[in-house]
Amino acid sequence: MATAQLTQEVHAHEEHEHEHHELGFIRKYIFSEDHKTIAKQYLISGILWAFIGGLLSMLFRLQLGFPNMKLEWLRPLLGGWIEEGGKLDPQFYLALVTMHGTIMVFFVLTAGLSGTFSNFLIPLQVGARDMASGFLNMLSYWFFFVSSVIMFGSLFVETGPAGGGWVVYPPLSALPQAADGSKLGLTLWLVSMALFIVSQLLGGINYVTTIINLRTRGMSFTKLPLTIWAFMFTAILGILSFPVLFSAVLLLVFDRTFGTSFYLSEIYVNGEALPNVGGSAILYQHLFWFLGHPEVYIVLLPALGITSEIIATNARKPIFGYRAMIGSLMGITLLAFIVWAHHMFVTGMNPFLGSVFMFLTLIIAVPSAVKAFNYITTLWRGNIVFTPAMLFSIGLVSFFISGGLTGIILGNSALDIQLHDTYFVVAHFHLVMGSASFFGLMAGVYHWFPKMFGRMMNEKMGYVHFWLTFVGIYLIFFPMHYIGIAGFPRRYYSFTTYDAANSFADMNMFISIAAMITFGAQILFAWNFFYSMFRGRKAPQNPWHSNTLEWTAPIHPEHGNWPGEIPAAYRWPYDYSKPGAKEDFIPQNVPYSATPESNLPHENEQIAMEKEIEGMIDSQNETYKH
Amino acid sequence: MEYIVGLLAVVFLALTIVVLSRIVTLAKGVGGSNKVASDNPYEERAAGTSNRINAWLMLIFPILGTAAAVWSFMESRPKFLPEAASEHGILTDNMFWISMSVITIAFAITNALLFYFAFKYRYKAGRNAVFYPVNHRLELIWTVIPAIVMAVLVFTGWRVWRDITAQAPENAYVFEVVGKQFNWVTRYAGADDSKLGNYNFKLIDETNELGIDYADQASFDDFTSNQLRIPKGVPVLLKIRAKDVLHSVFIPHLRVKMDAVPGMPTKFWFVATKTTEEMRNETGNPDFNYQVNCTEVCGEGHFSMKMQLVIDEVEDYKAWVATQKPLLTSNPTLLARVPENLKARAMKYIESAPSDSTSAATGGAAATGVSLK
Repeated sequence: MATAQLTQEVHAHEEHEHEHHELGFIRKYIFSEDHKTIAKQYLISGILWAFIGGLLSMLFRLQLGFPNMKLEWLRPLLGGWIEEGGKLDPQFYLALVTMHGTIMVFFVLTAGLSGTFSNFLIPLQVGARDMASGFLNMLSYWFFFVSSVIMFGSLFVETGPAGGGWVVYPPLSALPQAADGSKLGLTLWLVSMALFIVSQLLGGINYVTTIINLRTRGMSFTKLPLTIWAFMFTAILGILSFPVLFSAVLLLVFDRTFGTSFYLSEIYVNGEALPNVGGSAILYQHLFWFLGHPEVYIVLLPALGITSEIIATNARKPIFGYRAMIGSLMGITLLAFIVWAHHMFVTGMNPFLGSVFMFLTLIIAVPSAVKAFNYITTLWRGNIVFTPAMLFSIGLVSFFISGGLTGIILGNSALDIQLHDTYFVVAHFHLVMGSASFFGLMAGVYHWFPKMFGRMMNEKMGYVHFWLTFVGIYLIFFPMHYIGIAGFPRRYYSFTTYDAANSFADMNMFISIAAMITFGAQILFAWNFFYSMFRGRKAPQNPWHSNTLEWTAPIHPEHGNWPGEIPAAYRWPYDYSKPGAKEDFIPQNVPYSATPESNLPHENEQIAMEKEIEGMIDSQNETYKH
Repeated sequence: MEYIVGLLAVVFLALTIVVLSRIVTLAKGVGGSNKVASDNPYEERAAGTSNRINAWLMLIFPILGTAAAVWSFMESRPKFLPEAASEHGILTDNMFWISMSVITIAFAITNALLFYFAFKYRYKAGRNAVFYPVNHRLELIWTVIPAIVMAVLVFTGWRVWRDITAQAPENAYVFEVVGKQFNWVTRYAGADDSKLGNYNFKLIDETNELGIDYADQASFDDFTSNQLRIPKGVPVLLKIRAKDVLHSVFIPHLRVKMDAVPGMPTKFWFVATKTTEEMRNETGNPDFNYQVNCTEVCGEGHFSMKMQLVIDEVEDYKAWVATQKPLLTSNPTLLARVPENLKARAMKYIESAPSDSTSAATGGAAATGVSLK
């Protein structure tokens, strides 16, 4: 139904080119069904969340780096969370790390990354007028928005936001009497996450449907840009694993509110033995990590897809091993579902299961290695143009390698005994998942900004932003491994009682300073982003000389994307620097018959197929008619 | 010493800022808010100065980075992996450093290629990139090599893991470690039967904080302490549980970590190789003490939750156990919980004072005022 409405609208556009004013401000910019507007909504929400999440980390870095500092000056912001002596409240410290994790993983790197680029690029790159269902797409954003409002609201609750780590393991999270962070703040956390999951599912179903059904004529799966492949696998991961988190959250709500015992058994807390028996706290961990691990790839795969596209474009070379890239994405996707228990080696889980999960976990290193090698080979003998997007993509590959390698240590259950829940883990996942995905997000913004807003971002500022962030992130997380190897546990408010003599006080101070500079550098980005949106140089049609279809759409595409016919796809998206070609790129919509000088033998055979592709135009238009 | 690291970082970042702000000023004037860029801005810009500067930074970054990494590694090294004091700990430490060497090699090669290629193949006008979309042999090679390396690492890791998690030997000394907000309590099996009695969380109250079940006569000689004292050189089995929320037993020097889960007892066994005394001599620190920490977030006091661990020679350990009073002795009101048919046996642990035992027998609840220690 919604699709029918949308397509009528699209046709109204086509037929009466100048009657766009039929959509009022609210329908055009707020409750919009246009995938491009929804993408921008996701992006701007994501950026706001990133600053909030980053700010929270600054607060706990102050505590870790300068444990003796008087924080009275933060009282206007934090009020009662600064104790009498000018120290940060230990419960609030836990709330800070919890909310930092939740916000960054879900609200920035899931919604902000996948929500933005899946929405923006899928229709434009596969050649569709919009998502399969614009209405569901709009709902997806607004569910996310409501979820955001609730999560944000929880920061201001008197007992504080959720405070059991972003994994919110029961029984701590199930027992409001055990910690302030398990009171109202956690209720709001659970409600917010439930809505968030609804949003992700609505989005994900839309992405997969659009990719399968609305590809333009000629756009076979083997001609899809790697971005689209990555978005599709991401959506599939989300569709299959988010419902499991939903069930975990729901059962936790039951335990908290209705007196059930899914996760609770044999508990004596606050001078009272609880009646709950028979539940299993480990069950929650299995359910949580069944999403939690795929979640790592949900945030990482889109970043890898974006990087593939940007590296190929700016190295002026085809991506090396296109099919191997798809294969490794597929391998990672499959394996992502069967490695979750490597987060649980020391929970008391059967050690035999531990062995199985160790084998499966270390297998995932193989497709990941293939991806890294392919990126490097793509650079080899290229003609590299360092746009800010390209810099961030190269940075991503470096983080992906550096952070991924320590995963080999942590995936080994025997080594994990000592390193589990230490700073080694924190350093590992911040590099491979946090920073790599964040760089994917940044690369994507710099690369597709001209398509989003019709203007260019300031490149020099982009360079400064990149170098400060890149160097800064290594300065934060490289030495953090040392603290982990020395055994220091994460989520500790202070190390005075752990091992004060060797507590790396200077190192922690150094890390905190590096973190603050890196965070500060993001202000450059924010300024560049919002300034360029209104005052940036006007973008040319195809600013990066790229092959994909979005650059054939008008500089300011209307709802419906292409004013006339949707272009057909005749070739794969990576014909860069093809021998014999006039220019160093041949867009996907250029038929082989137009480029006899550069065709490879098997491509000349494809010229015969062009008639067939053109013949599909009617049935394609039919799709949008109903 | 790390102040130098701090200084270095500041210099590092200041340099970056200076270099890059120069780029900005250098290339000013490209802006202009409504000017459409020239016909071929992409290639024009690619051939510009910024592209060269970025390329050079791609070369400089890994060189400076390597220097910083090597230096900071050497600086921090004394604090790495505190002296292992358990048999399996020595194995896992070795494996850790071997795995670290393998990944460091991979790290160095791949990052070096990444940055070098980025530098080497920076844009040059007139040069064409090589159209090189695929090479199956190359891909086969770099699929197979990581696969083999992984297989070796997994196999060696699995063997160590299998041994660590195998059933504890029959003759292991058994201890119960119980986590609660926010401290650990140890229950010892006692001098007489070396067996831990049953427990039930419903029996927990002020006088019986671990819920020891006195219907089981193995409980009679059990005693508790806020310190864990274990013998060296013999298998030690920790039976781990939690009273309220998740905790995790972490003994850094013994390379021991295992969650404490309410309703699901867990365990970890090991052989300690150095007594507290030996460790004091070795580290030259007369105040050295082993400790048990908590690594699963458990609330406000999580960071300060710990228990002292003492490792003794076996004889010293046995002598110490013999001096300890069973809980039943130090707190005779517990006698009220012993069923009638076992009372006679339990009486053995009650020191004299018949009035005590009668008051205890008449009502345990009324006797809660009697102090534990």
